[in-house]
Amino acid sequence: MQVTGTMRGRDLYISLSGEMDECSAQDARTKCDKLIENNLNARKIIINLSEVAFMDSTGIGFLIGRYKKANKLSIPLYIHKPNFAADKILNLSGIYSLIPKAE
Amino acid sequence: MTENYLKLQFYSHPRNQAFARDAVAAFCLELEPSLTALSDIKTAVSEAVTNCTVHAYRGATGIVTVECIIEDKSLHIKVSDEGKGIEDVAQAVQPFYTSLPSDERSGMGFTIMQTFMDEFKVDSEKGKGTVVYMTKSFKAEVENA
Repeated sequence: MQVTGTMRGRDLYISLSGEMDECSAQDARTKCDKLIENNLNARKIIINLSEVAFMDSTGIGFLIGRYKKANKLSIPLYIHKPNFAADKILNLSGIYSLIPKAE
Repeated sequence: MTENYLKLQFYSHPRNQAFARDAVAAFCLELEPSLTALSDIKTAVSEAVTNCTVHAYRGATGIVTVECIIEDKSLHIKVSDEGKGIEDVAQAVQPFYTSLPSDERSGMGFTIMQTFMDEFKVDSEKGKGTVVYMTKSFKAEVENA
C-alpha cells in the first residue's frame, strides 16, 4: 500500500493507494504515523481513500488508531472520498461519528 | 446437484489473504455478480481468512482451507482452520468485540461477514479449530430485495 503525504497550506493530506488488509496495514501505519509526526503543526489531517481499491475491517482499526494519535496531538482528522465498498464498511462501523467525512 | 466446486488450501500467511479473496471472486464470476456483490464477497472472505491468521494460528503457520460450492444460483463458502478455536462464539460475533484490543483491531470481522452475506454460521471447538459458513444468493428475488 502506498502512502503519500502533501501539505496544502497547513492541512496535511495523506493519500492511501492499494489494498488495505491485515497484510498491508502494518506498513501503512508506520508510514502514516511518520507523516503525522513530521507535520505536528498541521491544522488538520485529511486521509484520502479514493485510491484504496479494497478495504476490510483492518481499515477501521487502522483509522481508529490514527484518530487516537491525532487526537492526542489535538489535530482533527477527516476521511476523504472512500469508494462505495470502503464507505459501506465505514458506515457499518459508525466511524464517521469519530472521524467525519471531509467535503 | 453441485454445479461447481473449488477447494483452496494455503498457509495462514498474511500475504495469502489477497490471493484467497481474489480467487473466490474469480470463481463466482459465472454467477454474474454485481460489483457490489463481488465486493461484499471479497470483504467477507478477507475477514474470515484474516481471522485464521490473527486469531486461530496467532501468527504461526497453519493451514487454511477455503471451499466454495455454486449450487442453485448461490455461492456457498466454507472457511476452516485447525487453530485454537473460539471459546465463546456468541461473544466473538458481537459487534466491536475483540480478544486483541491492544492491536488496533476493530472487532467488526464477524459483523461484516454477517451483514455482507445472506447466510452466516460459525462452528468452533476450543483447541480443534473454527469453521465459518457463508452463503451469497444470486436468486432474482433476493437481488431485487
